[in-house]
Amino acid sequence: MSETIQQTASEKLTVKDFQSDQDVRWCPGCGDYSILAQVQRVLPEFPHKKENFVAISGIGCSSRFPYYLNIYGVHGIHGRAPAIASGVKLANPKLDVWVATGDGDGLSIGGNHMIHMLRRNLNIKVLLFNNQIYGLTKGQFSPTSVLGQITKSTPMGVIDSPFIPVSLALGAQATLVARTMDRDPKHLQEMVRRAELHHGTSFVEIYQNCNVFNDGAFFRFTEKESKDDNIVYLNHGKPLVYGKDRSRGVRLNGFTPESVSLVDGKYSVNDLLVHDEKDSTLAFILANMIHNPDMPRPMGVFLAVENPTYEDQLDNQIARAKSKKGEGDLQKLLDGEETWMIQ
Amino acid sequence: MAKTVKTLDEVTIRFAGDSGDGMQLTGTQFTNTVASLGNDLSTLPDYPAEIRAPAGTTYGVSGFQIKFGSTDILTPGDACDVLVAMNPAALVTNTKILRDGGTIIVNEDAFTEKNFKLAGLTKNPLDDPSLGKYIVHRVAITKLTTNALADMNLSTRFVDKTKNFFALGLMYWMYNRPLDQSIRFIQEKFGGKDTQIAEANLRVMKAGYNYGDTTEVFTTRYDVKPAKLPPGKYRNIMGNVATALGLVAAAKRSGLQLFLGSYPITPASDILHELSKLREFGVKTFQAEDEIAAVCSAIGASYAGALGATTTSGPGLSLKTEAAGLAIMLELPLVIINVQRGGPSTGLPTKTEQADLLQSVYGRNGEAPLCVIAASTPADCFEAAYEAARIAVKFMTPVICLTDGYLGNGAEPWRIPNVEDLPEIPVLFAKDPGTFQPYARDEKTLARPWAIPGTPGLEHRIGGLEKQHITGNIDYDPENHDFMISMRAAKIERIAQDIPVQTLEGEPTGDILVVGWGSTYGAIKSAVTSLREKGRKVTQLHLRYINPFPRNLGDLLKGFTHVLVPEINKGQLISLLRAKYLVNARGFNVVKGLPLRAEEIEMHIESILGGNHV
Repeated sequence: MSETIQQTASEKLTVKDFQSDQDVRWCPGCGDYSILAQVQRVLPEFPHKKENFVAISGIGCSSRFPYYLNIYGVHGIHGRAPAIASGVKLANPKLDVWVATGDGDGLSIGGNHMIHMLRRNLNIKVLLFNNQIYGLTKGQFSPTSVLGQITKSTPMGVIDSPFIPVSLALGAQATLVARTMDRDPKHLQEMVRRAELHHGTSFVEIYQNCNVFNDGAFFRFTEKESKDDNIVYLNHGKPLVYGKDRSRGVRLNGFTPESVSLVDGKYSVNDLLVHDEKDSTLAFILANMIHNPDMPRPMGVFLAVENPTYEDQLDNQIARAKSKKGEGDLQKLLDGEETWMIQ
Repeated sequence: MAKTVKTLDEVTIRFAGDSGDGMQLTGTQFTNTVASLGNDLSTLPDYPAEIRAPAGTTYGVSGFQIKFGSTDILTPGDACDVLVAMNPAALVTNTKILRDGGTIIVNEDAFTEKNFKLAGLTKNPLDDPSLGKYIVHRVAITKLTTNALADMNLSTRFVDKTKNFFALGLMYWMYNRPLDQSIRFIQEKFGGKDTQIAEANLRVMKAGYNYGDTTEVFTTRYDVKPAKLPPGKYRNIMGNVATALGLVAAAKRSGLQLFLGSYPITPASDILHELSKLREFGVKTFQAEDEIAAVCSAIGASYAGALGATTTSGPGLSLKTEAAGLAIMLELPLVIINVQRGGPSTGLPTKTEQADLLQSVYGRNGEAPLCVIAASTPADCFEAAYEAARIAVKFMTPVICLTDGYLGNGAEPWRIPNVEDLPEIPVLFAKDPGTFQPYARDEKTLARPWAIPGTPGLEHRIGGLEKQHITGNIDYDPENHDFMISMRAAKIERIAQDIPVQTLEGEPTGDILVVGWGSTYGAIKSAVTSLREKGRKVTQLHLRYINPFPRNLGDLLKGFTHVLVPEINKGQLISLLRAKYLVNARGFNVVKGLPLRAEEIEMHIESILGGNHV
């Protein structure tokens, strides 16, 4: 990263620098407020100067996000943020490009752009606000709504099998895949940090409560009384321990993860699955735990691997072409190979 | 035996064969050779949408037509003087465009029962009495090719693939063209890796040439003197290549990086191919996952300070419409090249049409004006693409540049411009946080400032929601919306002050004004020139700028008794002209997937004038 775009100590940025002058217009109590606050808190930690941050979004509640950050931003069209962001990043790879999207924007109308951006591995950071509902259009089901969910457009229940965003991102060969929650500010901040530090496309799914159209969709994972027994934090090199009093763990039985007690004497911490965020096979196994209602929901970084980024490879091709053929000479190009003179 | 040499002013030749027979290569080689001898020329590749349709069938026939001459060549020719037919299917599908008394050269060896069947024929078409009005040369091209390569131990399949070079060599002999250019081509293309292929193709081409020279069948060869073109340095160029070069030149002259977001689509893909070869110019090409991502990535690149461009054809333009609307709202430069093809829907992917004009001018939700311009000849694609970029940058607007399949794949000699003579494209990025407002406007152009990420102190947000005048903040105020709609329209209208006034070819008054746009230029000019030579009071007006129209257009339309608008659509430009100028224009509309024929236009003009003359 070039030095010219980095802050110096004297111009240390604060949360305030990232707050725009626009009134935030999300519904009171919306989970989006927390996401905005955590991002505004974390961005000043990064070494970039403020003018090098760019946020791109599509359409939906989550896509209003760029308006509230005092950085460069484009509020684009429905589903197309990954494509717009790709153009921004390719035109100027020095920019720190973020995409704010939702389950409808990013996985339904924009699903194609999302998977292709992920496989290309541009250094773009995606925050996917998943509230399992269409909020801005007032309450239709989304591609992550659960089977049977009653919504405005499914009065008898959803019959579409939902996407698991983490599985989708892994399948699309994303190089950093994480899950976090709006109601866990510290963890959310940490995941935003991981996204920023990753060189490649980062995909962070954020469970976000829509208190108007789908209130409590994630309470099992976010509320004090149920949280401990229903989520397991993923930490690289650490065993998967969870539960009240850390009394349970996840072990692998063949390729199948199972939840075991750590207090009945049968298993100890040493028997548990140890997380390895470099292991893509393990990442898929963890992502698929969602299908078993007895298993806790993993939170954290599923996968973080380094692969060459698209923009680095493109710039590399340009450098190679220039070193082989020299800087392009326009007149020579126009002349082509066969010319003739007419007097 | 002595052979006579006749000098001709112009000749039209059509090479026709199976899709796998290499007719496009043969035609291109012949084109490059006649171009390098200083002939003016125009070409028309005519190939099927299927890559390799079943061999021998009529729908698998691929053709390449070239007209060249010592005169001003404006079209690829209404009728051919010579047809080279490599099989029965090629013969039966192409004889109708041969002029009476024209010459047919067939590969006799391909006229077999099997091939008659494949072409859906019950008997040998060479026996058809209707061929009596042509001069038919039956040449055993396959056998002669095999003989030429007898000592090389090559497979039949391989030998078969070289026979197009026999036809090429024979045509070179017939039209007194040297083999040098094609020899060089063969050596460069095949010489490096497989000298056997190069050797075989060279031998076969020479065999074709010598066959013409030595057999007594061909008694006459023809010569076509160089054309009297304006002085300068020339090259032969295809429209799609010219478009690509226009974009590169505009980027270079503006100091911007060229970013092309594109999705492969016939007949536009060659522009992507050309630009992807130019990494040493810093050109960034991005083959996106679809048409929408292609245009959106170009918008993102423009936002970040590059010259964002996207290339497509009709169905792709449909997919890009929402994003074009976004670019109108964001007021960012964007060049959209639409190489039009036959529609609607998938339509005729490899054929030409002008039916996307209204889509280009109007095809977006809301009041969404943008600039629309059109190229008129293959070489003119360079200037059109360059001009599209110039306007896009100066007025901070998307510009749709229309070419079409005929222009994109067609070729003609191009007088190469000097880079220093190209119009300037100044770029001023906003820098001053003290005065910056995202939607403040330049007094003259009404363009907003281009403030790119990375500029300290100018952090701002823009989007597709209606925005407040000056600040660019989201604004739902009714008065502001009405104001902004008018402002966006006024900005596009201001372009009319920046572009040249419309010129006429002919007198400013007369019996009939023929108004065209795009690739019909050559056909209309041929028709008008011919009528003017006969003393008819006909004038031609050909539009580059369609939205906005040139500022003097309304006045020019008034000087004529009749206004005729020939188009390869059902009357799209004419509806714009009628709506804007209340002019009583009439259309001439033929939509066959082919260029208009000069002769048809001429007859139509005559029929209108007939009221006065006959």
